[in-house]
Amino acid sequence: MQNRAAPEIYGLMAEFKTPEELIAATHKVKQAGYSKLDAFTPFPIEEVIEEVAPGDTGVPRLVLLAGLIGAATGFIIQYVGNIIDYPLNIGGRPLSIDNWPAMIPITFESMILLAAFTAAISMVVLNGLPMPYHPAFNAPRFDRASQDAFFLCIEARDPLFDRAQTSQFLRNLGPVQVTEVAN
Amino acid sequence: MAQAQPLPTKPQPDTGEQYLLPGNTYTSISRTIGDVPLVSPLQTPRGWLLGFTIAFLLLMLYFVSIAWLFIKGVGIWGINIPVGWGMDIINFVWWIGIGHAGTLISAILLLLNQGWRNSINRFAEAMTLFAVACAGLYPILHLGRPWLFYWLTPYPNTHGMWPNFRSALAWDVFAISTYASVSLVFWLVGLLPDFATLRDRATNIWAKRAYGLASLGWRGSARHWHRYEMASLLLAGLSTPLVVSVHSIISLDFAISQVPGWQVTVFPPYFVAGAVFAGFAMVILLMAPVRAWYGFQKYITMRHFDVMAKVMLATGMIVVYGYFMEVWAALYSGSRFEEYLLFNRLNGPSAWAYYGLLFCNAVAIQPLWFRRVRQSIPALIIISLIVSVGMWLERYVIIVISLEREFLPSSWDLYIPTFWDWSLYIGSFGLFFTLLFLFIRVLPMINIFEMRLFHFQEQERLHRREHGGHGETGRDIVTGKSDPSVASAD
Repeated sequence: MQNRAAPEIYGLMAEFKTPEELIAATHKVKQAGYSKLDAFTPFPIEEVIEEVAPGDTGVPRLVLLAGLIGAATGFIIQYVGNIIDYPLNIGGRPLSIDNWPAMIPITFESMILLAAFTAAISMVVLNGLPMPYHPAFNAPRFDRASQDAFFLCIEARDPLFDRAQTSQFLRNLGPVQVTEVAN
Repeated sequence: MAQAQPLPTKPQPDTGEQYLLPGNTYTSISRTIGDVPLVSPLQTPRGWLLGFTIAFLLLMLYFVSIAWLFIKGVGIWGINIPVGWGMDIINFVWWIGIGHAGTLISAILLLLNQGWRNSINRFAEAMTLFAVACAGLYPILHLGRPWLFYWLTPYPNTHGMWPNFRSALAWDVFAISTYASVSLVFWLVGLLPDFATLRDRATNIWAKRAYGLASLGWRGSARHWHRYEMASLLLAGLSTPLVVSVHSIISLDFAISQVPGWQVTVFPPYFVAGAVFAGFAMVILLMAPVRAWYGFQKYITMRHFDVMAKVMLATGMIVVYGYFMEVWAALYSGSRFEEYLLFNRLNGPSAWAYYGLLFCNAVAIQPLWFRRVRQSIPALIIISLIVSVGMWLERYVIIVISLEREFLPSSWDLYIPTFWDWSLYIGSFGLFFTLLFLFIRVLPMINIFEMRLFHFQEQERLHRREHGGHGETGRDIVTGKSDPSVASAD
């Protein structure tokens, strides 16, 4: 543990054949005390996500905020437009706040519009995408991570990381292969 | 589960019990679905070329119809007073209704945790987008001065004027533009991990670059998946009320007016059910040939058709209830005009449309009560075709029959669609199918990553059943299961 690895490598990548093996391995890596790890899988695996990326994603809060802003904006625009700035008597509809029910459809649509765009954009941005380059892509056979292979990476910046010991530890978990990933 | 095996070739009998026929691996799923769009342009299937050519010719008819409309104005259509809304609005409502099944499948079934939606949601969502594109153009085209359509939006202008936000027609603008944008975003978010699969499978450098650019550098990190799943769930949660609101607002175009037959409070739910009804009919009509052409029977099984037929039957019966409510409302209203409308529907010059709609939407769907019918592709195609016609007739009945004989007998007149009414309608199929053919050519028509997830869940379920209910989670099943022979393979 003393000889901490120099950051010339990104980390150690273990490839597993099945999601079940990855789930078991992730569990053991977590139990061994590693904290800076990531898994790369062809589909979301709940058990792995719980181990690797627990906690808050930050997306729901932003979406709620955006929904409220959208609704407020939608309502205010209608109120200013039809009640204050350009009041027009159409079918005797009240030219005051009493006319709020007629403004609900557009208020609702603006809320959904802003919230939905925020959900998608905040997901992409908080994930650090678009990111055309990432060290993980240096791992051999990483093109299978989007198809049929399951990768677990312990990053070099993990306090417990040791090139030899960590590598041996990963090998004992039964992967197809363990490789060092260039930074 | 061993993905090194060759692709399974043995055909599995489809008993109509399963959503995913056995014999899949993560590799086979990624290959069979992912490689369809990656075929070299020179090896494009002949059938695709033929279909695309026909669709493209129809699209040209659409453009010609629009060009002539822009030159001559809406007078080329059969609309006049009293029937100011003709096939333009009938087709608008018809197309947007078809789109709603896609959102139902992608959003509502996601919230209800229905795994079977994974096989059909991408295709159905694409159908939604293209149907909304067809629908959205109609109200603009019938504006009379379509180039001024942006007057409907609140934009800073030197006229010092604002749109009338308290009109249902302004609500329409917001509802449809929101629906189109949110559907597009939802669809693109769903495509993101699949773009990464295509990037990694593509051998052509340009295809690799194009899909790589679209994938935004997606690498399947667990952190990313976490946010991704949350965002998908939120988008589904937002789309669900959205889809209900959109067709409700469209029904309000009619329901908040005073025209006999339009001023019915049952309209919003009845329109939403009718939309889903027509949409599922269209999904069946499109899925049946596509799964046969591309050999996707393994992923889109008879069980899928069975449940889709059930949804069609259920929503169809809601629509039939709506018809009863319309009759009841007319009889109970005490209004001469409403009563006369009912009489006119049953005995008037356009009564054929009303009887046709009752046959298509109420009678023709009754065989769906039987499992044998629900599991027969030819029967489903015939019923879906009848339903599609029936839902078109429903809008014809609502719009045209009501307007033909409004309040003043002196202004009664018949609506007769012209050549340009029909050419614009037939041409809109060109727009729809051109986009659809392009979609199945360049994008994976089944959501690949969700199919892998579905395969994983099915395997876990199978495993649990084999082990007699022991081991509630996947983790328990597999602990210590790793094969030492695999470890030494390194």
